[in-house]
Amino acid sequence: MQIEVILNGKEVVLDVKEDELLADTLRAHRLHSVRKGCNTTCCGLCTVWVDGRPVLSCATLSVRVQHKQITTMEGVSEDAEEFARILVSEGADQCGFCNPGFIMTVLAMKNELHNPTEEEIIHYLTGNLCRCTGYMGQLRAVKKYLGVA
Amino acid sequence: MKIVGKSVPKTDGLAIATGKPVYTEDLAPANALIVKILRSPHAFAKIKAIDKTKAEKLAGVECVLTYEDVPAVRFGTAGQTYPEPSPYDRLILEDIVRYVGDEVAIVAAVDEETALKAMKLIKVEYDVLEPVLDFEKAAGHPSVIHPEKDLHCNFDIGMQQDKNIACTHKVQVGDVKKELQNCHVVIEETSYIHAVSQAMMETFRAFSHYDHLGRLVVVSSTQIPFHVRRILARALQIPASKIRVIKPRIGGGFGGKQTAVVECFAALVTMKTGQPAKIVYDRKETFGCTNSRHAMRIKVRLGADKDGYIRVVDMEGLSDTGAYGEHAPTTFSVVGQKTLPLYSKTRAVRFEGNVVYTNKLPAGAFRGYGAPQGAFALENAVNKLADELAMDPCEIRAKNVIKEGEKSLVYITEGLVSSTLHKCMEKGKEMIGWDEKYPRRQEGNKVRAVGMAVAMQGSGIADIDTASATVRLNDNGDYSLFVGSADMGTGSDTILTQMAAEILQTPLENITVHAADTDISPFDPGSYASNTTYVTGMAVVKAAEDLKRRIIESAAGFLLVSPEEMEFTGDMVQMVDGKRKISLKEIAERLTIGVNPRQLVGNASHGIPISPPPFVAGFAEVEVDKETGKTDLIQYVAVVDCGKVINPNLARIQAEGGLAQGIGMALFEDVRYDARGKMKTNSFMQYKIPGRKDVGKIRVSFEESYEPTGPFGAKSIGEVVTNTPAPAIVHAVYNAMGVRVTDLPITPEKLVIRSL
Ligand code: FES
Ligand code: FES
Repeated sequence: MQIEVILNGKEVVLDVKEDELLADTLRAHRLHSVRKGCNTTCCGLCTVWVDGRPVLSCATLSVRVQHKQITTMEGVSEDAEEFARILVSEGADQCGFCNPGFIMTVLAMKNELHNPTEEEIIHYLTGNLCRCTGYMGQLRAVKKYLGVA
Repeated sequence: MKIVGKSVPKTDGLAIATGKPVYTEDLAPANALIVKILRSPHAFAKIKAIDKTKAEKLAGVECVLTYEDVPAVRFGTAGQTYPEPSPYDRLILEDIVRYVGDEVAIVAAVDEETALKAMKLIKVEYDVLEPVLDFEKAAGHPSVIHPEKDLHCNFDIGMQQDKNIACTHKVQVGDVKKELQNCHVVIEETSYIHAVSQAMMETFRAFSHYDHLGRLVVVSSTQIPFHVRRILARALQIPASKIRVIKPRIGGGFGGKQTAVVECFAALVTMKTGQPAKIVYDRKETFGCTNSRHAMRIKVRLGADKDGYIRVVDMEGLSDTGAYGEHAPTTFSVVGQKTLPLYSKTRAVRFEGNVVYTNKLPAGAFRGYGAPQGAFALENAVNKLADELAMDPCEIRAKNVIKEGEKSLVYITEGLVSSTLHKCMEKGKEMIGWDEKYPRRQEGNKVRAVGMAVAMQGSGIADIDTASATVRLNDNGDYSLFVGSADMGTGSDTILTQMAAEILQTPLENITVHAADTDISPFDPGSYASNTTYVTGMAVVKAAEDLKRRIIESAAGFLLVSPEEMEFTGDMVQMVDGKRKISLKEIAERLTIGVNPRQLVGNASHGIPISPPPFVAGFAEVEVDKETGKTDLIQYVAVVDCGKVINPNLARIQAEGGLAQGIGMALFEDVRYDARGKMKTNSFMQYKIPGRKDVGKIRVSFEESYEPTGPFGAKSIGEVVTNTPAPAIVHAVYNAMGVRVTDLPITPEKLVIRSL
């Protein structure tokens, strides 16, 4: 079936199957920043925004985002790059496979929390797994980015 | 030094962090066939019959392959330098299945839906056999897991096929029995190291196609492109010259991708159909059908004299290699290699034991490669010995660990060249506040306690692995660096570029690194055994120096002076007195036009007769709730000697990540099976890697040493950092609760029950 969505700011019509997951729809649409790491809503790699809020696209049926705003990293490239630069200068990018989902969550957090404490930051990002960094470098980068270092 | 020792950002950092299409799956052709594997539901069975006719008839199905359609030559999937010590005990598909998840048929279709449908239409009849699931009962079990006649070993590894023993290993120096009799204290401790999963975020994947020359191109997320090429050549029975393996960016490996797991399935489909083919494992397959760490039981006996000098280290191991033997002999021997030299006041040492086959997921390489298992057993025992002698565990180690210039009875027999381990221990003690906190403080139901451990690793594989590097001066005066190693995200490409830039006195941006493509890159065994910085790094240093010499020679030729009078400044070659000079750009131009051009290339290979150990001292502070047994890690401090730190930021992150993996192994991670051999932990729902809230505060510091055989004094860092968290946390928990959990992970249940 066809759904109409605003994808990264543009109105598009997507052809999807009834049981298709948003992560797969977006990847098929060549949005390569969307990745899957688990398929069981555990890793956060597939995080995109639906109407501005972070959701797990591996657990969202594409038919349910009809008429909604979908944002992937490609749609917020400037903000993503600003944070990515800090992350990379910390050396905390490593394999980078988890980064798009992580960064989408960080950007959402910036919109949502004001002057968060370290605990609040860690809590907000808990759903985003990373196997490479041990999380310390990501935390250093987030604190720098939010100016709460 | 201008660039080495600086925290420069990774050259590919921004592209990978911002989600650019740089990984294997992003690059696969859109029309590639989708490859899926039909897998065994039984732990051990013989296939009586397969009927694939219905599946083949399904529209969109391009091929269905069974054991009748594959080459009948056994091979191994271990990414090791030829001749591999791992047995050739696999066929691509076979009429025996040896674990739940073993491959039964390969299906390729135009899309995933069709491939999955086709799998359901394949009818398989099994003769179910009695599986071997308990590795302590495997040797001599009535079920023989590898009864085949054509199993091949490149050399004698002590394989006893009829007894399920994949290999045996023994190293001994001195008279263990006699020396133990002379000891004042003898303790014994048996530790069980469980199987844990690498759990890299990018699962296994590869795609393949034919190029314009009819050669097979395989693009794979692998740590070992050159070994993959050789493995494919044998498995598919085609010449290696007809195969090209390309490695794009990799989403983590941790040793898992040192095994060629998926490549041959895609490649075989391309060979059978002529079409591009792509295989992407899901998380379940990656957990259940690839490889994990070897589970081991290691019994350690230590003997010490009255003053606390350890005189005997006697270790007996048993390792579970699962259904196939890739990495079986080598991980096992590493247990001894990375433990026996650590305490160097010994008079007798021994490490021996067997590696057995079982009907479970094959074990493979995982960061540390036997050393974490060995360190866990040995350090548990040393902490127990310290108790027995009523000594501070830091003190017993300060007395006993090997120092610069010292020899050990085995492996480090010429004397250790570089170590700051004693300093690492001192600094770590200070950072964690050891003297105030050891062993415990109690507040109500909660106990806070500290524990510690030390460990070593190696840098590359002595006498075996060699790497090559090529640096080219391009027509515009910029450089290309070609290496065959695989950056798994750790930043090795950047570090190698830093080394070349340092020698060529040029900014990082002036060097483009290319890695890895077997058609283009010079040979490299790949990235494993902590070898990239140390071994490939030295090849890069030599190649850059070779090129620098050639540049000076060319410049001298142009200026009609002798090279001895010339010096290289990075953008110029000039006479020492500065009178005559020529720019690098002009040299480059002159070498690429006209009738007598000679584009300059620096080449070098590097092999090593030793494997200098990096060291780490690790300290854990835990808080245990005495009532519930719940353990919280408050902080983990690690002080590392990896020689010269080439890029402090990258080294630190790598250390933090490795420590987190060690913490996971200690507290959460555990590959478990049900009674019939089916893996219960094949998703992140059941298999718990640490999240942000689980790792406490990880703090890393460095105590640099200078390793003269390494590039700019560097040793390795990738693996050593994983080795101490498990024993240090066990020690801290023991100090809190009086229970030494020598069978990981440390769960609340174990603690509560055992403290009763
Ligand atoms: S793939 Fe969606 S949470 Fe892991
Ligand atoms: S950087 Fe590799 S998983 Fe996070």
